[in-house]
Amino acid sequence: MSEHVHRDDFGARLGMWLFLVTEIVLFGGLFIGYSYMRYKYPMEFHHGGAELNATLGVINTVVLLTSSLTVVLAIVAIQRAEKKRAMAFLGTTLVLGVTFLVIKSFEWAAKFHHGLYPNSAHLGTLPPGEQVFFGLYFTMTGLHGLHVIAGLSVLSVMLWWVATDRVRPDRYIHLENSGLYWHLVDVIWIFLLPLFYLAA
Amino acid sequence: MSQHAEHSADLNTVQQPEHPAEHPGYGTFIKVWVALLILTACLVGMSHVSQTYAVWGLLTMTPLKAGLVFYFFMHLKYEGPLLKIVILVTLGTLLIFFALLFSDVAFH
Amino acid sequence: MTTHAATAQPSYLVDTGKRKGLLAWLTTTDHKRIGVLYLYSMISFFLIAMGVGFVMRLVQLTTFQKLITAQTYNALFTLHGVIMIFLFVIPGLPAVFGNFFLPILIGAKDVAFPRLNLTSWYFFMAGAILAVLSLFTGGGAPDTGWSFYAPFSLKTGTNVSLAVFAAFVLGFSSMLTGINFITTIHRLRAPGMKWFRMPLMCWALYSTSWIQLLATPIVAITLVLVILERFFGIGIFDPAKGGDPLLYQHLFWIYSHPAVYIMILPAMGAITEIIPTFAKRTIFGYKAIAFSSMAIAGVGSLVWAHHMFTSGMSNLATILFSLLTMIVAVPSAIKVFNWVSTLYKGSIDFQPPLLFALTFIFLFAIGGLTGVMQGALAINVHIHDTYFIVGHFHYVMFGGTGMGFFAALLYWFPKMFGKMYSKTAIYVSWFPIFIGFNMLYFGMLILGMMGMPRRYYVHLPQFHTMHVVATVGSWFLVLGLLTYFGTLLYALFKGPKAEDNPWGGVTLEWTLPSPPIQENFETIPTITHGPYHFEQESK
Repeated sequence: MSEHVHRDDFGARLGMWLFLVTEIVLFGGLFIGYSYMRYKYPMEFHHGGAELNATLGVINTVVLLTSSLTVVLAIVAIQRAEKKRAMAFLGTTLVLGVTFLVIKSFEWAAKFHHGLYPNSAHLGTLPPGEQVFFGLYFTMTGLHGLHVIAGLSVLSVMLWWVATDRVRPDRYIHLENSGLYWHLVDVIWIFLLPLFYLAA
Repeated sequence: MSQHAEHSADLNTVQQPEHPAEHPGYGTFIKVWVALLILTACLVGMSHVSQTYAVWGLLTMTPLKAGLVFYFFMHLKYEGPLLKIVILVTLGTLLIFFALLFSDVAFH
Repeated sequence: MTTHAATAQPSYLVDTGKRKGLLAWLTTTDHKRIGVLYLYSMISFFLIAMGVGFVMRLVQLTTFQKLITAQTYNALFTLHGVIMIFLFVIPGLPAVFGNFFLPILIGAKDVAFPRLNLTSWYFFMAGAILAVLSLFTGGGAPDTGWSFYAPFSLKTGTNVSLAVFAAFVLGFSSMLTGINFITTIHRLRAPGMKWFRMPLMCWALYSTSWIQLLATPIVAITLVLVILERFFGIGIFDPAKGGDPLLYQHLFWIYSHPAVYIMILPAMGAITEIIPTFAKRTIFGYKAIAFSSMAIAGVGSLVWAHHMFTSGMSNLATILFSLLTMIVAVPSAIKVFNWVSTLYKGSIDFQPPLLFALTFIFLFAIGGLTGVMQGALAINVHIHDTYFIVGHFHYVMFGGTGMGFFAALLYWFPKMFGKMYSKTAIYVSWFPIFIGFNMLYFGMLILGMMGMPRRYYVHLPQFHTMHVVATVGSWFLVLGLLTYFGTLLYALFKGPKAEDNPWGGVTLEWTLPSPPIQENFETIPTITHGPYHFEQESK
């Protein structure tokens, strides 16, 4: 009942940050698992990393960093009541997010083509540590990919809300919170890049 | 429902000052973005030198990049202490989990 | 204080919106109604799991000629554990009494995110339904025990994937509740309600919520890995592919040990509310209790590997975790001393909630002390995976959280429903509960010392006498519990109207009518003093 009258933007941001805490710990669990396995199989992880396409990884990093920038610029634009510009920035973010996914899918397709996927006959012939490396690679980039998709969906809604003035200069907390989510997705990728692609 | 709303409207007068400081402009964030790209370049460069450098790059550049995103893009710079503490507690907890786990793994 | 008869607003139990009846309840965002929804669902799950436990005890009545097959027995202990842990003790107190009373105790009209709160309940119910479905679909009921240890959980043909997914969904519900409570405490305290003027239940819920946030995601991702492993064979826990089951144990217990503090802290919070009310004096050592809640949450998150002393960890880790485990006993003991000191020289008004609160202290002390025993490495190796463990955690989880839940329910029942129960019937129910409880679980402690392994379908003849004692105890226990719930159920329909303040409590909920009005407070109170401010004491 009271949520209709009570407007507490800081409370909303606090709630979002607490949600991000759970996301950080969720991926944190995977990072802990990664370190455990990397400590156990240093050479195998080195070899596994050499199989990955570092160029695509770096390009994707630049794509995501830029998409993060455009989200934060969209917030600046909203604060300055520049609606058209905010929509342009958000649109750019969406395009960049989709670009990330397309590049990612090419990368995965190539791995599948080379028989490097969990339970594949080829992977079964590799040393155990490399099997674990690829298990972690698909799990972590896959889970990250799902977060990218979730973030894109939320940001699409935000674009719609900006267009229809549900997000406006005096009330943009939803856009801010969606932005926070998108930046977190970016931060996770910042860690995935060196752990997998630059490990070799 | 609406009569409750009216009834309680005056009770919830604890209005928060919304972003008390001046909002940062486009320029700040573009500078941060440039810094992030430079750090990424350094990271890639270091990983090509040797394995040792790659690990050091991972341990220094990556947290620095993440920190920039948290501090500027996620507006932590412009928030009060509470949210900063929340994040520090989270990262501290993960670090302790990590350290305790390695008290097993590293001393087998 | 009791002039609410003329109040303009109807009680929260009356439908005033467009929707009526069940539909109004299922779409409510009122924290009180959501608390009641949780209460009904959880008591149902509790009774089901209690029935399963009852059958397990019957099986142990004989050394041969079993009622059910060994595979069914495996399914039963898994089911008993999963339901009790994930559907009753973990969410029990926070979801029911936290939802109902946290906003009231801090002088707020609702939680910070009411719709999210309702969403949590739906996640909870979805998880519960999935857990039930996992019994009858796929390869049949999971037989791994509630801990889903790899590699068995990866290989068994039973329907582990769905059960694990159910636990994941329940974890989501728990996290959302945690987010809601922390935000509520930070943002919605009434004017003058400073941090150290909050009732201690709020501190307990605050600490609990932090554990929910910081530990639950670890088990969530671990369970996701189990599912991925079963469907795609990613190999992280599978030794055949280079994975490590020990990593599973670490990740599982990083959550599941702190989870026992999620279970016990709110119960301790409820006990801390009950004791001052019936001793008619302020709590002894307010700050010590508040900080010990935070300390339990903090240190309790760092002791997980004491579940793994026989799993082949490094010596350094075993010593480190043994030490940390001992340290957790300190803040827990601080609380016990504070409760007892509060009672000392108080004007004790002996009522059913106090009886159950004292039972809590007694049983929890046994549970806690046997816990310290297990923290010692040498003893741990001897009693690992025996009935001693089973006895210990029932003393803590049932004697602690369970009794805390029952005490809290007795304490707040008149406020929640505006009805009073028969105190005599509750006293009568207490005797079989107490006697049966100790026969059953102390019997298990002895069996464990003798060497009876847990989760075994059959037992050797030398264990038979104690098994019979324990089984007979379980009959008393079930009888007492049924009397307890029967009494409350009867009161719900036929009980006399409860006063607004039947116990003479001084925290904010007792200033409200029973049951409270829809928005809790007609005017938000301004707080000028600490929570346990008894007038007779200040004279």
